[in-house]
Amino acid sequence: MRVWPIFKKEMRLYFTSPVAWVVFTMFLLIGGYFFYSIFAFYTLASMQSAMNPAMGRDLNVTDSVMRPLFSNISVILLLLMPLVTMRLFAEERRSGTIELLLTYPVRDGAVLAGKYLAAFALYAIMIALTMLYPGIVVYFARLEWGPVLTGYLGLLLMGGTFIAVGVCASSLTENQIVAAITTFGVLLLLWVLGWSADYAGGTAGRVLQHLSLLEHNDSFAKGVLDTKDIIYYANFIVLALFLTLRSLEARRWNG
Amino acid sequence: MIEVERLTKHYGPVAAIRDVSFNVAPGQIVGFLGPNGAGKSTAMRILACFMPASSGRARVAGHDVLSESMEVRRRIGYLPENVPLYTDMRVAPYLDFVAEVKGVPRSDRKRRVADVMDRCRVADVQNRLIGKLSKGYRQRVGLAQAIVSDPEVLILDEPTIGLDPKQITEIRSLIKSLAGQHTVILSTHILPEVSMVCSGVIIINKGSIVAQGPIDTLVEQFFPTARVEVEIVGPPPAVRERIRAIAGVLSVQDLAAANGASRFVVEAARDRDVRSEIFQMAAQQRWELLELKRVGMTLEEVFIRIVAGEEAEEAPRS
Repeated sequence: MRVWPIFKKEMRLYFTSPVAWVVFTMFLLIGGYFFYSIFAFYTLASMQSAMNPAMGRDLNVTDSVMRPLFSNISVILLLLMPLVTMRLFAEERRSGTIELLLTYPVRDGAVLAGKYLAAFALYAIMIALTMLYPGIVVYFARLEWGPVLTGYLGLLLMGGTFIAVGVCASSLTENQIVAAITTFGVLLLLWVLGWSADYAGGTAGRVLQHLSLLEHNDSFAKGVLDTKDIIYYANFIVLALFLTLRSLEARRWNG
Repeated sequence: MIEVERLTKHYGPVAAIRDVSFNVAPGQIVGFLGPNGAGKSTAMRILACFMPASSGRARVAGHDVLSESMEVRRRIGYLPENVPLYTDMRVAPYLDFVAEVKGVPRSDRKRRVADVMDRCRVADVQNRLIGKLSKGYRQRVGLAQAIVSDPEVLILDEPTIGLDPKQITEIRSLIKSLAGQHTVILSTHILPEVSMVCSGVIIINKGSIVAQGPIDTLVEQFFPTARVEVEIVGPPPAVRERIRAIAGVLSVQDLAAANGASRFVVEAARDRDVRSEIFQMAAQQRWELLELKRVGMTLEEVFIRIVAGEEAEEAPRS
């Protein structure tokens, strides 16, 4: 399997074109703003409770800063990740480079793995940059590292799912905008699916709840590691990548 | 080296190629010739393992393109039409990527990339973005990526399209230099290119092969006659009569005449050289012979005759 050269090529393309830099900048800009407002609000709340200690019982920096931060970051990702993944196959198809790529002695699976891992690596770098925020928090307050780490694990798993869906959508079209909108639509729908669980009730409600992307992410941020959630994301990734492979093969037959 | 047997490819109900069969011997350069839309690119895409055929078999370098696709892909260099390259990459890293993905060992890679950049004359732009290069340079980068792994078989789809005459000559001599160690199949619709570069030719029209073989054989096959062009100062009807009277002459055609001279194209059996007799005749009649030359039959004429002949055959039906 020649995954490594494909991975390197994709990373090079992300970084020689402005894509990676623009994504990093915008992500940190919005993420930084969210962090600042959450942290400032928490500062205000702790100042008030310093004056009135009875109110301060439930103040927990991990739960009141990091958890909302993670959930805000996932919303940014929902908007941003389709733009990172849309080019992976659609651009190659549009420019015709896929014809060369798919006639090199690499299996479709290796091409897919290289591309997926490159997008994932870009994402991991992006997420790693946000470690600055807990770094700032820990300078002022005592942070529980457990929930922070599981929160990051949750973000990685969820981002991996986003990327898998994005790669799949990108393999279906030669239009990058179509790929981005499809990815965004699918992800948003899966995101809000849980909302209807309450009034659907019963088994249907539980199924909807289980399918929701959001639902599974929250427990990570709380510091809960549940195999159910990990398996959910893993399943999702495997399914989306499998469909991508099928779509690549179908495209070969249709020319 | 390339064996193709009854290859057919359907796009929906439309057959892009139908029952195409041919062989290419090792070390040969074969031209794949046909008008636009004849099915050249489809055939090459199948050989390059980009898409499978609907039916039929193709073997490249001894391996089946469908069941042993990886083995085939390791042994070919492919240049698709329109030369798709990563416009956001620089030339040297791009070629290094191709070499790596094609399995050139790490220790060899730097040397091979440098070597191939020299051969294709792209060394002076190696640090430029491919998207900023001129068409000629891109074409050469495309060729460089095809030969960087030193493959046994090269599949080049319209390698000289869109180049200026000087670049065309360079690319042609580069391709010619590949003969011997590499088997090359190249498609083109520029006829002189085939006669200049290739040893054999496959003519394809509307998805089917209409003629194939060494160029000389094809010319003989489609033009069993030899032609001579004559320019004589003399009364045209009388001159025509005299020439026609020469044994072996099959037909005499008028060409545009000037300054009292008349020009004719004389067609005679291939094994007969009528030039000396024409000279004798002119001398006897005391007509001034201004020009007398043999006219070579070009591949272009073969091609036009084949393609036009097919269309004439089909015309009554439609």
